Amino acid sequence: MSEHNHETHEPVPYRTFILIWVALIILTGVTIAVSRVDLKELNIWVALGVASFKSSLVLFFFMHLRQESRLFRVGLLILLVILAIFLGLTFVDVLYR
Amino acid sequence: MSIEHRDDTGARFGMWLFLYTEVILFSGLFILYAVALMKYPEQYSQASHKLNIYFGSINTVVLLTSSLTVALAISAIQMKRIKQCLTLCWVTVALAIVFLINKYFEWSAEISHGIYPGSETLAEMGAGVTSFFNLYYFTAGLHGLHVFIGATLIAVVAIMTAKGKVTSERYTLLENSALYWHLVDLVWIFVFPLYYLIL
Amino acid sequence: MSETTSTYTGFWKESPRSGILGWLLSTDHKRIGIMYLGCIVTMFLVGVCLGLAIRLELIAPGETIMGAQTYNATFTVHGVIMIFLFIIPSIPAAFGNLILPIQIGARDVSFPKLNLLSWYCYVVGAILAVFAIFSGGGAPDTGWTFYVPFSTQTTTNVNLALMAAFMLGFSSILTGINFVTTIHRLRAEGMGWGRLPLFVWTLYATAWIQVLATPMLGITLVIVMFERVFGAGLFDAARGGDPILYQHLFWIYSHPAVYIMILPGMGVISEVIPTFARKPLFGYWAMALSSLAIAFAGSLVWAHHMYASGMSDFSILVFSLLTFIVAIPSAIKIFNWVSTLYKGSIELAPPMLHALAFIFNFAIGGLGGLALGAAASDIHLHDTTFVVGHFHYTMFGGTGFAFFAALHYWLPKFTGRMYNHKWATIAWGILFVGFNVTYMSMQAVGIQGMPRRYYDYLPEFQPLNLVATVGSWVLAVGLLIMFVNLWQGMRNGRPVGKNPWGSATLEWDVPSPPPMENFGEEDPVVTKGPYEFKGVVADEY
Repeated sequence: MSEHNHETHEPVPYRTFILIWVALIILTGVTIAVSRVDLKELNIWVALGVASFKSSLVLFFFMHLRQESRLFRVGLLILLVILAIFLGLTFVDVLYR
Repeated sequence: MSIEHRDDTGARFGMWLFLYTEVILFSGLFILYAVALMKYPEQYSQASHKLNIYFGSINTVVLLTSSLTVALAISAIQMKRIKQCLTLCWVTVALAIVFLINKYFEWSAEISHGIYPGSETLAEMGAGVTSFFNLYYFTAGLHGLHVFIGATLIAVVAIMTAKGKVTSERYTLLENSALYWHLVDLVWIFVFPLYYLIL
Repeated sequence: MSETTSTYTGFWKESPRSGILGWLLSTDHKRIGIMYLGCIVTMFLVGVCLGLAIRLELIAPGETIMGAQTYNATFTVHGVIMIFLFIIPSIPAAFGNLILPIQIGARDVSFPKLNLLSWYCYVVGAILAVFAIFSGGGAPDTGWTFYVPFSTQTTTNVNLALMAAFMLGFSSILTGINFVTTIHRLRAEGMGWGRLPLFVWTLYATAWIQVLATPMLGITLVIVMFERVFGAGLFDAARGGDPILYQHLFWIYSHPAVYIMILPGMGVISEVIPTFARKPLFGYWAMALSSLAIAFAGSLVWAHHMYASGMSDFSILVFSLLTFIVAIPSAIKIFNWVSTLYKGSIELAPPMLHALAFIFNFAIGGLGGLALGAAASDIHLHDTTFVVGHFHYTMFGGTGFAFFAALHYWLPKFTGRMYNHKWATIAWGILFVGFNVTYMSMQAVGIQGMPRRYYDYLPEFQPLNLVATVGSWVLAVGLLIMFVNLWQGMRNGRPVGKNPWGSATLEWDVPSPPPMENFGEEDPVVTKGPYEFKGVVADEY
């Protein structure tokens, strides 16, 4: 933990980033297309699912989370747990009013 | 004097912590959104159709592309291609400006239709629609502010890179500005389907 | 610093810049800590004066010294100042900055410039808060909670107060980011997680809450400002909003915030008690992990402030249950402190007295909290002065006394001088009596049904209100003696060596006051735990 030498990441090749970008654009297309089909309740969940997948691509590749130490991932996990609690417990009230 | 010790990982970790605070900031608005959506599903869909899906989609592509360019800028500086890095930074800033200009036209069109927070027209459209547009203006406005701040950061880092203050040996500032910029992108990834794409 | 015998001044004189700029532009954690401490104590005294005014108004029914509107403004400003400008930053920002880096063997925090920025945010927030009292449509009268719809409609200067709270939140976030990163990245060689002093553990838990909860307050306050400027109606039921959601968002921050207030105080007590019992802390890991457990459980319980708000019955049940869970880690702490005392070689020095008072007061406050956490009794007690008494027991009796313990424990380290123990003990006794008289009476009159936030009351509440007001005077005398004594000690007290108390944590290994950069040429290497007193000798003073 305590070594403060200069840690560097290997540069990510341009190609990887461009492929991720292509995937993100395609997924954007998918969300738009799916949103025009009536799936009732499911629409919002599909939209959120695709958005979450896109976010994880951005997080792990563009934001280099893949190369970071475990601490960064644990931190993100804590954030997501807290978000789930805030949203979930608010709905414990709202759903049963 | 070792007080000027260097800890790049620590600096990046600090930036991630700051990004968590930004996520929580926006999550407050998403909570309000989720509750209102549950309450007024029809009116939300009706209101969503009033938004211009083309503006939304173009802006999504613009932001995703700017995220790519700033990610490439980091690879470039790591590979000591300073010139490429600078170009990529300025392209990012340009895309941010394109985003804001789009936003300006989008908002002007909506405001000219009488749709803005506190307007009479909006009040006549019903509580759900009002709530949708209130949240839309607030979320998009706050996001726009973040676009502005992020673009400024990247511009400043680009200038510092040109002056040799950010180098291929020491580029944490660029990394952290890029992280901020990706967060702006992340927020938009959720804003776009939630506001523009409700059937 | 007046010169008596010692000429060594440590970080007080060593600085790359001289004069006032050496302070205002300093990124040294000790100087920033001292600046924080100065501001915080000043704001505390302002808050105390307002509190005394509130008590004076309540000495008898009817208008005594101020009218209804002034009273509303007074308790609002008292709340805003005490919460946002005193308790939240008190221990983390002042003592956290002073102590944390030294305790983990670091030369400074991870982001010294950010640290200075956080102090400036605090100062700007303080100025805005004070300015809000004297400008615009008059001092804010919403209560520190800024509940809608009143806060979006009142014509008083709520906007500035909101902005002040926002800036202070930002300052708190920056401190949090700094501490989490510092504790992860800058521990000295040998300073494993199992050797972190408990104060550091509690600051670590606190810092996570600061990072993860404070932004929710930020967005809530910004929305209220947006409401006041544009009149959009995000919390207006007629326009598709929901006023109860304001309370949810507000308490999502403000309940975890009470753990921002109390956890560092618990950390101080965990340092003081082993030192003055000359015994290792009982249950190190239970103490460390219960801090994290409190931080986590604290984020699950916010809606127990809202039983009377009209939220669903089912959620009242859920939040009531979750609230009781917080009592478990808190009780673990109390029992471990008491177990540490058991068969210890106890020395009743002033910091220890304050720590013992903390345990006493906090136990009362904590148990009162259970009465409020249970939905059935809360419906009766909600918005009575019982609530006011309860949170003063935890915040003032708890964090406040922990803050005083920290002052008495660590000020000799940072000034290099010892205060008068006899006067410190007298002040403590007066404080303790005054405190309990004031707030116990408030709890009692609350159970009888006296509502809070009213400047007038029924005649049958008078006797206890009179007692509370007299108690507040005793309290004020105690505070006065304590601060005068500390000030005297700082200026003219006897010089102390590096370890006057015989403590085993790292800050007592450096000279008093510590030099710039804390440690000499060599980085420290830690070879023993924070409460291993074997071979530790207290310096005479």
